[in-house]
Amino acid sequence: MARKMECIAMLLAGGQGSRLGVLTKNIAKPAVPYGGKYRIIDFPLSNCVNSGISTVGILTQYQPLELNDYIGNGQAWDLDRENGGVHMLSPYQQIKGMEWYKGTANAIYQNIHFIDRYNPEYVAVLSGDHIYKMDYNRMLEYHKANNAACTIAMLEVPWEEASRFGLMVLNDDNSIASFEEKPKNPSSNKASMGVYIFTWSKLRQYLIDDENNPDSSNDFGHDVIPAMHNAGERMFAYLFDGYWKDVGTIDSLWEANLDLLNPKIDLDLSDKSWLIYSKTPIAPPQYVAATADVQNSMVAEGSRVFGELEYSILFHNVTVEEGAKVRYSIVMPGAKIKAGADVEYAIIAENAVIEKGAKVGKRPEDVTDREQWGVAVVGAGITVGEGASVAPKAMIDEDVKGVK
Amino acid sequence: MIGKNIVGIIFSNAYDECIPELTGIRTMGSIPFACRYRLIDFALSNMVNAGVENIGLITKANYQSLMDHIGTGKPWDLSRKTGGLFLLPPFSTAEQGSNSDKMAALKGVMGFISRSKQEYVLLSDCNSVFNIDIDKLTDFHTDKNSDITIVYKNGVAPSLTDTVVMDVNPDGKISKISVTPSAQGTVNYSLNLILMKKSLLERLMNEAISSGYTDFEADILRGSVGKLNMYAYEAEGFSVTIDSLNSYFKANMELLDINNSDCIFNPERPIYTKIRDDMPATYGLSSVVKNSLIANGCIIEGEVENSIIFRGVRIEKGAVVKNSIIMHESFVASGTTLNYTIIDKNAVITPNKTLSGAENYPIYVGKGIVI
Repeated sequence: MARKMECIAMLLAGGQGSRLGVLTKNIAKPAVPYGGKYRIIDFPLSNCVNSGISTVGILTQYQPLELNDYIGNGQAWDLDRENGGVHMLSPYQQIKGMEWYKGTANAIYQNIHFIDRYNPEYVAVLSGDHIYKMDYNRMLEYHKANNAACTIAMLEVPWEEASRFGLMVLNDDNSIASFEEKPKNPSSNKASMGVYIFTWSKLRQYLIDDENNPDSSNDFGHDVIPAMHNAGERMFAYLFDGYWKDVGTIDSLWEANLDLLNPKIDLDLSDKSWLIYSKTPIAPPQYVAATADVQNSMVAEGSRVFGELEYSILFHNVTVEEGAKVRYSIVMPGAKIKAGADVEYAIIAENAVIEKGAKVGKRPEDVTDREQWGVAVVGAGITVGEGASVAPKAMIDEDVKGVK
Repeated sequence: MIGKNIVGIIFSNAYDECIPELTGIRTMGSIPFACRYRLIDFALSNMVNAGVENIGLITKANYQSLMDHIGTGKPWDLSRKTGGLFLLPPFSTAEQGSNSDKMAALKGVMGFISRSKQEYVLLSDCNSVFNIDIDKLTDFHTDKNSDITIVYKNGVAPSLTDTVVMDVNPDGKISKISVTPSAQGTVNYSLNLILMKKSLLERLMNEAISSGYTDFEADILRGSVGKLNMYAYEAEGFSVTIDSLNSYFKANMELLDINNSDCIFNPERPIYTKIRDDMPATYGLSSVVKNSLIANGCIIEGEVENSIIFRGVRIEKGAVVKNSIIMHESFVASGTTLNYTIIDKNAVITPNKTLSGAENYPIYVGKGIVI
C-alpha cells in the first residue's frame, strides 16, 4: 500500500488531436512541441508539481511511444518519487478481455485501483492539451471550503466566442445552476477549462454507475458531470483569470506560440516561482552570426541563425542560413531553412528541410481571398525542394519537388 | 578496451592559482565556460562518452560550487548504483590530506582507486577544453603496448608550473620529458589526460612514497622515461588550455569561430551539464545581436556583439555589450556600454556606466557586484 495522498492528478493524454493533422501523425497531441523547448504536456505536469501534487497518472492511448519516451521516469518534472510520482497508464488486458479507453470517464474508471492505492481524498482530472499556468492547490482549497463534490475551473471568454465552448450558468455563490454545451445563443460566457477536482469517494461511485449504464458514452462532459448535477451534488465553478489556451487547431497552436512574444499576454515563462519544466535536450549554446537579424523572437539552444528572424520561435538545433527569412513562424527541432528560403506564417515540424529559395506560407495581406488563407504546415522530416512553393493553409505530408 | 574498464580521476582544483579572479569562490572545475557549461563538464563528458562509469572528483577547497553543479551526477548519467560519481575531498588526518598538489592528492585517493574494479585509470585536469574520442586513445594505448599514454597538443605551451613538454618520436613514443622548460615557440605539451594501468599507478605511487618523491610530473612521469613504454597521443581538432584570466577570455572568444565550436560541440560526443529549466532566449524588438553565443533564459533587448552570454542574463534596451563574457543571471542596464569585460554571476551593471578593457586585458567584475 502506498502512502496516503490528499490529492492526486489524472492527466488525460490519450487524444489524437486530429485537427492538428500532420503534427500528430506519429505523436499524441500532448507531445506536440510548444514554445521553443516545451511540449504541451509540460504545462499541466509542471502545474501539478508546482501545486504540490506529486502523484500523477497519465492516461495514454493514441501513439504513446514518443510520450512514454519523453516522460520517462518523470525526473525532468521532479516526479521520480519513491512514493507516488508519474505513472503512464495505458489500456491493458484484463481477465474479462481487452478494452480500449472508451471515453474520458472510462479511462479513469479502468484505473480505479491505481487511484485506490493512494487512497486520496480528492482527485484532479486534467486535460493534457492546454497551455496555462495554474495553482491547483488554490482550487483544491476552494473545493474543500465549499464542501463540494466537484469543482470545475472556468474562465470568462469573450461573448462573441462563447458559443464555441462548454459553458456554465452560475448561481450567486458560484455553484453551478446549469450547463450549456456550445449553445447558439449563450446565456453565460463562463467556459470550462477542462480542469476538474472531485471528491474521490463521490466520483468513484459515479464512475461505477456510469460504467453500468449501457447508454452512456463514458465521457466526463457528456455523462458523468451531468449525472452528478442531476443528482443534486454540490458542484462549484472556480474562476481562473490567467492565460489559458486550447491548442487544438493549427491556428490556435500557432497563435499560442506567438503569444509568448507578445508582452501584453500574461504568460511569463521566466517566472522562477512557477517554472515550466521540460526534458532539456543536450545542445550547445545558440549562435547568432554577424549576418543575422533577430527581431522579437525566441530561440532555443543549439540553433544557428545566419539569416533574418522576425516574430518567430525556433526550437533547438534549427539552422537558418544566410539570406533566409523566417517571419511569424514556428520552426521545430532540427529543421533547416536554407539560404534564400522565405518562410512566413508557417509551422515547420521537426527535421524538415526548406531548400534554397523555397517559399512557405504567405502574409494574410498578400492573399486575395482571405478564406483561402491559413498557417502553412510542413510535416516532420519533409523536404520542400529548391525554389518550390507551399501555399498558405497547406499541410504538407510528402516531399515537395524542387523547381529548377 | 572499453570505458567500463577505466576508473576516471579528475583533479578539480588543479591550477586554481593561475586564475585567482574566478577561483576565489570556486574550483577550476566549476569555472563557468561557453554560455552554459563549467570547465569540469568537458573532462566529465569526454569520459562519459567513452563509457567510463566510475569517476572520482578530487577536490581540496572551495568545492561548494562544484558540489552544487555536480549534484548526484544525473546529467552525466553518473547517478548509479554501481560506480557513478564520487566527490573525493581531502581526509583531514594528521598524516595525509591536503590534496595540495597532484602527488599529495593522488596519495589521498589511492584507496578509492585501488578499491575500484577497473583495470585502467585515466587521470584528467579540467583547465583544458577539448572533445576527444577516448575509445581511440585506449585503442592507441593497447596497439602500442604502452604503459603510460599522455594526450598532447602541439603549440605554444601554457605558462603553468609543472607543464609537461615532450619529445615525441614519429611512432608516438616519448623520448624525453621536461617539466616547465623555458622553451620558446611550438612544443608538444601535455593536456594532462593520462592513461595507464591501475596496477602500474599503484606501483609507481608506492615507489614514489618510499623514495620520498613529491612531484608527480618530475618524479613519476619524467622519471619513467626510458624505463617504461611511454607514448604520446595527439588530441585532434580544437583545444585550449586555460592558464590565466586572459587565456580564459580568449578561449571563450575562440568558440565564436564556428569551426572551433563544431569541434567542441560534436553531436556524436555531446557535452553534458547541469540542467536549468530556463525558457528559450528571447530577443526583443530592435535588439541587435551579432556574432555571439547565447544561452537559454536570456532576455536581450539591447545590442550584443562578439560576446558570450550565459543563462538568465538580461540586457536592457539601450545597453551595448561588445567583446564580453556575461555570466549567469547578470543584468546590464540601459545606457551602459561594456567592451572587453568579464562579468561574473549575478552582477548588476546599473544604467549609463561604461566599462572598457583591452583585448589582452579584459576588465573583471566579481560575482554579485553592483556597479
